[in-house]
Amino acid sequence: MNLFDFAPGREGYYGDYGGCFLPEILHSTIEELQAGFRAAKQDPSFWQEYRALLSEYSCRPTPVTYLANLSRELGGAQIYVKREDLNHTGSHKLNNVMGQGLLTKRLGKTRVIAETGAGQHGFATATMAAKFGFRCRIYMGAVDIARQRPNVFWMENLGAEVVSVEDGQQTLKDAINEAMRDWATNMADTHYVLGTACGAHPFPEMVSWFQSVIGIEAREQIIKASGKLPDRVYACVGGGSNAIGLFQGFIDDASVELVGCEAGGFGPGVGKHAARLAYNDASVGVAQGMKTYFLQNDEGNMNETHSISAGLDYIGVNPILVHLWEQGRVRFEAATDAEVAEALRLVMRREGLIPALESTHAFVRAIREAPSMRKDEVILINQSGRADKDIFTVAEALGDAKWKQFIKAKAALYAAE
Amino acid sequence: MQLSNYIAERLSHRRPLLMTHVVCGYPSFEDNWRELEIMAGRGVAFVELQFPFSEPSADGPLFVKANQESLARGTTVTQCLEFMARVTAAFPFRVLMMGYYNTAFKMGHATFVERLAQAGACGYILPDLPIEEAGPLHLLADAKGLAPIVLMTPTSTDARLAQLGGVARGFVYCVARRGVTGASTQMDDEVSTFLARCRAATSLPLAVGFGVSTAEDLGFIGQNAEIAIIGTAALKAWEQGGETALSAFFDGLGV
Repeated sequence: MNLFDFAPGREGYYGDYGGCFLPEILHSTIEELQAGFRAAKQDPSFWQEYRALLSEYSCRPTPVTYLANLSRELGGAQIYVKREDLNHTGSHKLNNVMGQGLLTKRLGKTRVIAETGAGQHGFATATMAAKFGFRCRIYMGAVDIARQRPNVFWMENLGAEVVSVEDGQQTLKDAINEAMRDWATNMADTHYVLGTACGAHPFPEMVSWFQSVIGIEAREQIIKASGKLPDRVYACVGGGSNAIGLFQGFIDDASVELVGCEAGGFGPGVGKHAARLAYNDASVGVAQGMKTYFLQNDEGNMNETHSISAGLDYIGVNPILVHLWEQGRVRFEAATDAEVAEALRLVMRREGLIPALESTHAFVRAIREAPSMRKDEVILINQSGRADKDIFTVAEALGDAKWKQFIKAKAALYAAE
Repeated sequence: MQLSNYIAERLSHRRPLLMTHVVCGYPSFEDNWRELEIMAGRGVAFVELQFPFSEPSADGPLFVKANQESLARGTTVTQCLEFMARVTAAFPFRVLMMGYYNTAFKMGHATFVERLAQAGACGYILPDLPIEEAGPLHLLADAKGLAPIVLMTPTSTDARLAQLGGVARGFVYCVARRGVTGASTQMDDEVSTFLARCRAATSLPLAVGFGVSTAEDLGFIGQNAEIAIIGTAALKAWEQGGETALSAFFDGLGV
């Protein structure tokens, strides 16, 4: 299946979803990007350069790890994990960012901008900008800045300017709007490094292409490690870039079931979660450059969203995944905040792995389903990021009293300075 | 009266014509009404009634805040349409719906144009709906006598401007500079060159937006285009001092 073999006049569409809904002021910029991306995608040396850069800068190929203890304890399928957490900067985000960095050079631009929610994508973009020598500005919602100081600290120390977005809900979607406004003004020297497989064409295709490295590696690795194709593959879905990255590796393997895991938050109900497809609270709309499912009201205004993980807390979803979901190729499930906290504890204690709260959503579903599968069946989970560097968030999610005590003591120390 | 005849008729009395903007429900519908009374008194030819949207990505900070606060106060699309109907019944200027495509998409294209026509609008401006995606909606609009207003921008190539000119109706909204609403623009050679390029791409009247705030700006637009678009500056005046400040602002424009 070639997802990117568009019918004439349907460029950037996946079934009914996707497209390119941008103000006219950005028309020539997006055309330039489409042409530049098309040329890079057709140039084998670009992909080689990209793979080489990731291997020397970001530990690729990341390994696939067998979870012997957890598999035994659950008593069903054998569980393997693709270790995107071992990328430099701690998540799969760097794959896309390094690819777009190479493309920025190719386009002759000298400045990059990006939105960030939890800060992972901003952190990765600031890292890339430092390495390539680009000026860099990161837009981040004021609410997210307040929750994610450690990532802001790293972005600033890497030389990026972090701009607090005070509009709207002051989270990821508002940061995207603000980055679009910057791009509409400064497109001459600026590339907008969008962080997920959403937005106007060609972003979903471009981000999917860079992230496809996950699935390409994983398919080979899991066959080698388990002796067969996996029966089920799980990935968390916020915007949907790590999921489409992994899923592409198995899209033509009909026997492999693909499972997208969304943020179930407090459970179904308007404003209580960020599950666009697993629950029935979203509908089709056009915003943020694309046509897809959004958590919106009847008049098309976006609803509040909630998740334990800032990285999944987003109103819209990757249009490619929506198309695959409608075709029955990808199953969507949700994991609640409470389930995530419980699964994180289990994975840490049994396997010594510390998945990001985002990635833990995929673990929740795999852990729930594994016991009812046969012992000769195989599960592959994408551990898209690691949580050890998000210690503030995780400590809060786990309600760790000793950590709170430590922070209080530290604060008292600073106050006395 | 056809939009083109209306514009020609108004131009015989004054040039350039004025198009102003209010965000429905901000600061309140009552405030909107009082703003519109002043605008009507100053002979404004067109008013954009912006239907607030939660993701106003083509707007600058002042309108973003206005969209957000209006929604926070519970403004609905239905209220905006009811307000539009009252406005078109009471005032002599023509009214356009301004907003974002999702408002039309969620309502359904046919319902959208039907309700706009019922409320007395003469057209709509949806800045995030590119012409490649606009065909079906514009066709329905045509049938209802509504003008879909197309935007031309300084980054558009001549070929693109010709394409835009080919589907434009009513008049063309020329964006005088890059970026979003609300920043100032130096009305200079660059802008007149751009407007000349627009002129070559369409026979429709040209409206120039973004950053118009002085009598000199108006004079410049009068020489190069037909309609001056006044957005942020008027809202800024209203926020600073209500009727008095808005009237003073129009005094400053010499209208």
